[in-house]
Amino acid sequence: MKALILRDLRLAIRAGGGFGLGLAFFLIVIVLVPFGVGPEAAVLRRIAPGILWVAALLAALLSLDRIFALDHEDGSLPLLATAPLPLESVALAKAIAHWITTGLPLTLAAPGLGFLLNLSPAAYPWLFGGLALGTPALSLIGTFGAALTVGLRRGGLLLSLLVLPLYVPILIFGAEAARRGGDGLEATVPLVFLGGIALGTLALMPFAAALVLRINLR
Amino acid sequence: MMPDLGPYAGPVIWAYVASIGLILVLVLASWRRAVRIRRALQQAEGQNRG
Amino acid sequence: MSIWEYANPKKFVETTTPLLPWTFGLAGLCLVGGLIWGFFFTPDDYRQGATVKIIYLHVPSALMAINAWLMMLVASLIWLVRRHHVSALAARAAAPVGVTMTLVALVTGAIWGQPMWGTWWAWDPRLTSFLILFLFYLGYMALWEAIADPDTAADLTSVLCIVGSVFALLSRYAVNFWNQGLHQGASLSLDAEKNVADIFYYPLLACIAGFVLLFLALVLLRTRTEIRVRRIRALELRARRAEART
Repeated sequence: MKALILRDLRLAIRAGGGFGLGLAFFLIVIVLVPFGVGPEAAVLRRIAPGILWVAALLAALLSLDRIFALDHEDGSLPLLATAPLPLESVALAKAIAHWITTGLPLTLAAPGLGFLLNLSPAAYPWLFGGLALGTPALSLIGTFGAALTVGLRRGGLLLSLLVLPLYVPILIFGAEAARRGGDGLEATVPLVFLGGIALGTLALMPFAAALVLRINLR
Repeated sequence: MMPDLGPYAGPVIWAYVASIGLILVLVLASWRRAVRIRRALQQAEGQNRG
Repeated sequence: MSIWEYANPKKFVETTTPLLPWTFGLAGLCLVGGLIWGFFFTPDDYRQGATVKIIYLHVPSALMAINAWLMMLVASLIWLVRRHHVSALAARAAAPVGVTMTLVALVTGAIWGQPMWGTWWAWDPRLTSFLILFLFYLGYMALWEAIADPDTAADLTSVLCIVGSVFALLSRYAVNFWNQGLHQGASLSLDAEKNVADIFYYPLLACIAGFVLLFLALVLLRTRTEIRVRRIRALELRARRAEART
């Protein structure tokens, strides 16, 4: 399993833009928002947590279809399915690799980009904590979505239609935690919910993804 | 015959028109597809036997 | 005799052929009767005025929007466990009906909200959950359309339906947390104290019966269509194989 994660990471780095592309997309979305809503600091401060979360969501979505597509094209997916490693572990490994290449850099970069949107100082720890808990769940759900659409030629668009509604609870709790933190309120409750969702997806999504992969490889 | 709907006549009538319209579209679409497919199946089975 | 006998497509078509006109007829009767009763022969509410008449469309369609998803969930589970094709096809047939019901509920709600709340749309928990439900329906239908092989499509959409149900429920409670609502509480419950007044209640029941029957009739009709589509496909395949052999 470790070998699989390392292999995916190496592929992502060699292909170029594995780490960089999602992060650059995140930066561009953040930069575009002030052009859209105007440069007023008070307005930006109000919407900053939501914008950061939505941008993180879209950046994570961007690289989802590559989770299984490359392996499907070069035929290594059936090999993985017949390997001694259970398919559930393969799905989990893929999700972890996706998280390391997109979720982790996003989490680390978000506080830095918060300055651009004039995020209130009290919100930083909550934003960071929320993203740290939420992005693994995004990767896990995304792996399920990618497994659903693996054999389809135009899977990318369909993938976003399928996966984005599943992201709604994470977005709500994550942005709510950062917003409450920024207003100086108690924000542990949404964070605890977010942690619950993350653990739930960790427990269930690899199984759902493996089930769907088996159907697709039949 | 028409009941007095007061100031809300517009919204009430629009709600009825819109909903009944949507439901009618669904029913007609389902019906037409059912008829078309039934004909196609009859044709296909006829060819098979002939 | 077991209920699973109706899982045989041929048996299903044969049994439902005589039932279909009756369900459509009864649905039409209940709907037309209930709506005319509600529209012409009920008084205005003392607070909401004539807009109370929208309830006869709004409540039944909202009810059916959720029940259609539940029916799809049950049908998906039956397909995954017992592999009856009719079950998978019924789930597929129910989705467009469910999406229309969701749309009717959203549209009537918006038209009612405009004079009452002063806005077409508010990001209220109930409204938002319905919008999310609408998106789930769209994704489900899109996945059915996208996959060519019927059995793979049935399997994948079933799994999606189950996972989607979990997340739809999660979203339902998440949006409660996110925003306090304008929407009133349940207008129907078994606890009679909280119910709407009797004079609105009976025509409402007639409309609900009408919507349930209409849903049933449409799902039967559409399932029969799907069964025939499947049969045409099988015949075409057989013909092509016969050609290849000669």
